[in-house]
Amino acid sequence: MEINKIKWFGIGFLILILLTPLGLLAPGTAFGEWSSTELKEMLNYVPVGIEKGEALWNALFKDYTMPGLSEGFFQLSVGYIVSAFIGSVVIFLVVLILVKYVIKKGSEDEPT
Amino acid sequence: MHIPDGYLGPITWIAFWLIMIPIWIIAAKKVKRELKTKNIPFLAMGAAFSFLIMMFNFPIFGGTTGHAVGGTLLAVIFGPWAALIAVSVALIIQAFLFGDGGITMIAVNCFNMAFVLPFVGYYIYKIISSKAPVNSSRQWIGAAIGSYIGINVAAVCAGFELGIQTVLYPPVNGEFQYFMYPVNVSVPAMALGHLLVFGVVEAIVTLLVVKYIQKTEPSLLKVSARG
Repeated sequence: MEINKIKWFGIGFLILILLTPLGLLAPGTAFGEWSSTELKEMLNYVPVGIEKGEALWNALFKDYTMPGLSEGFFQLSVGYIVSAFIGSVVIFLVVLILVKYVIKKGSEDEPT
Repeated sequence: MHIPDGYLGPITWIAFWLIMIPIWIIAAKKVKRELKTKNIPFLAMGAAFSFLIMMFNFPIFGGTTGHAVGGTLLAVIFGPWAALIAVSVALIIQAFLFGDGGITMIAVNCFNMAFVLPFVGYYIYKIISSKAPVNSSRQWIGAAIGSYIGINVAAVCAGFELGIQTVLYPPVNGEFQYFMYPVNVSVPAMALGHLLVFGVVEAIVTLLVVKYIQKTEPSLLKVSARG
């Protein structure tokens, strides 16, 4: 990749990351992704499997928030942008390393 | 479409791990053979792009939200097996770091969004764009229609997996253990949002990027045109 192209891709991604808080404006929760609090309101009970499931994994940046930044649109937006940045970088690196490893492993197995 | 932990019973999610593990192994072999080394950074960018567009939630009637995935777009550029790996990584990181989609549900969510979605989208794109030159409008039209149908089929799969829980695990003392609405509620609910809003967003994102690639990086479309 030429340097110029990398620069433009980088700027494109940065703009996309800074715009992600627009995704917070949509009110409500996706169908079938309700929290136990929401389910309690909807059904008057929380299905026992879902209650257990919710406690199964404590994500570091749960719901794309940063610890201590979960009050109001501004804090949530900051958390969302930081989440978008961290997630993009981690996913970029994992795919890069994983696919490079897979392809390298292949060429060692079958030398051509 | 990110099913959280506890929404499906163990019979369902274990079955999907058994389905997805061989699919991931095949994908690794296919990518090893088909993906050019110089395209790996582009694929990694594609995975990050998919992750980012999933953060743009769109509202819809009834107070629920949804988003595009970009899986068909990646399949059109890199082939469906590479798309499967890219979207799978995005979904796995979403589950572990952000709690978006369950840990036990990674296989189910990858089946819907990383396998069904890009493959359905890709083969519809292939049918529409077959033998079309790289600069043909059939490229982006095919990609847009493919991505629209792909995300909708994936949404129906998710609706079905959720809905069958009421049959697999009937209520005990009037309380469901897992997902609580039957198929005749969950499938239309999942389908409607994607037919009317999220599928349209998916198609627009796909056609804009394919058009951009036609103009700036047409060699990328040739890569997948071969196979």
